[in-house]
Amino acid sequence: MLHWFSLLADWVLIRVGVDKSEPLGEALHFFIEDTSKIFVLLMIMIYLIALARASLRIERVRDYLAGQHRLLGYGLGSMFGAVTPFCSCSSIPLFLGFTSAGIPVGATMAFLLTSPLINEVAIVLLGGLLGWKFATVYILIGMGVGILGGLFLDSIGAERMLQPLVQQLSGQGASPASATGQRRLTLADRHRFAAAELEEILRRVWKWVFIGVGLGAALHGFVPEGWIEQNLGAGQWWTVPTAVLVGIPLYSNATGVIPVMESLILNGLPVGTTLAFCMSTVAASFPEFILLKQVMQWRLLAILFVMLLVSFTLAGWLLNAFAGWVI
Amino acid sequence: MEIKVLGSGCAKCEKTVESISRIARELGVDASVVKVTDLQQIVALGVMSTPGVVVDGTLVHSGSIPHRDEIERWLSG
Repeated sequence: MLHWFSLLADWVLIRVGVDKSEPLGEALHFFIEDTSKIFVLLMIMIYLIALARASLRIERVRDYLAGQHRLLGYGLGSMFGAVTPFCSCSSIPLFLGFTSAGIPVGATMAFLLTSPLINEVAIVLLGGLLGWKFATVYILIGMGVGILGGLFLDSIGAERMLQPLVQQLSGQGASPASATGQRRLTLADRHRFAAAELEEILRRVWKWVFIGVGLGAALHGFVPEGWIEQNLGAGQWWTVPTAVLVGIPLYSNATGVIPVMESLILNGLPVGTTLAFCMSTVAASFPEFILLKQVMQWRLLAILFVMLLVSFTLAGWLLNAFAGWVI
Repeated sequence: MEIKVLGSGCAKCEKTVESISRIARELGVDASVVKVTDLQQIVALGVMSTPGVVVDGTLVHSGSIPHRDEIERWLSG
């Protein structure tokens, strides 16, 4: 079905009279095919997912997680992190809200770690640009980092390393917050919500799609083999932790960074190294750490930092070893 | 009428304050719109996704920039 977009690009090139085998033609073809494909997929996916999650409010996620067995909590926390739309500026109120409802720090962190890594826009971009196999591997790694990270944090007793204020709040019981009385949503309500989400998300991401794919197209058409290929292409072991160390202080959201991933991979950077770099720019950032300082002591922040460094590095190595299978 | 907008300084919170004040002026409603950025207060009100809106002590909204018709309903209520 996706080859329609290639045919569309063929047709446009014939109409404007550019030869597909020229570098310019090749770049244009790539650009038209990829942007049209991504926008169509985005519109369908955002709308359908929003339709399904219209009734999913963070308060309900909290109440649901609060009643779960500890071990199940990590998986569910990570899963909800992936499907719940959530702005990083809310991470502190969310952390406090979850903690006071008695949810273990690990499950809360599973939510917070997975949330920036996985969302519908990221999945569409990955699937459309790098293939659905790669998208699946990305989701598995993203959720794996969230789940194992949460498990690890609880096993070292992370709750003792929270700020005193948070420890007092812990398990105090959820404050009775039914902001919007949960009435049953009609189909019309769901449609209105989904249409609003679609508009809001597209408004936010459209330029990133153009910039990212444009970059990829330029590389595709004009750069045969870059220096990346020669210097880093062999996937030397140290390139992965270096990529993560460079990535952590940089900050980007998944939408901005995935088209860049595509250009890096096309230009010869090994998949594992690329993934490690991109996940670390998305999952961790200095602004985020500064926010978390309000609820965590330095010791825990340092542990979190090292934990992310280690887990993205391991994921990168693993993926470099199995690169042939993934792409 | 006293309206509080809860949120620790994200762009959406600013927009919420702006649009509530603007609509109140348009409708000629006498409302004071204050921003609350103190975490303890936000948590005490049970808000987990910001911006949240409190009208005369009751939490009426959280998690997004409220729609115009919603704002009008609060202001006229």
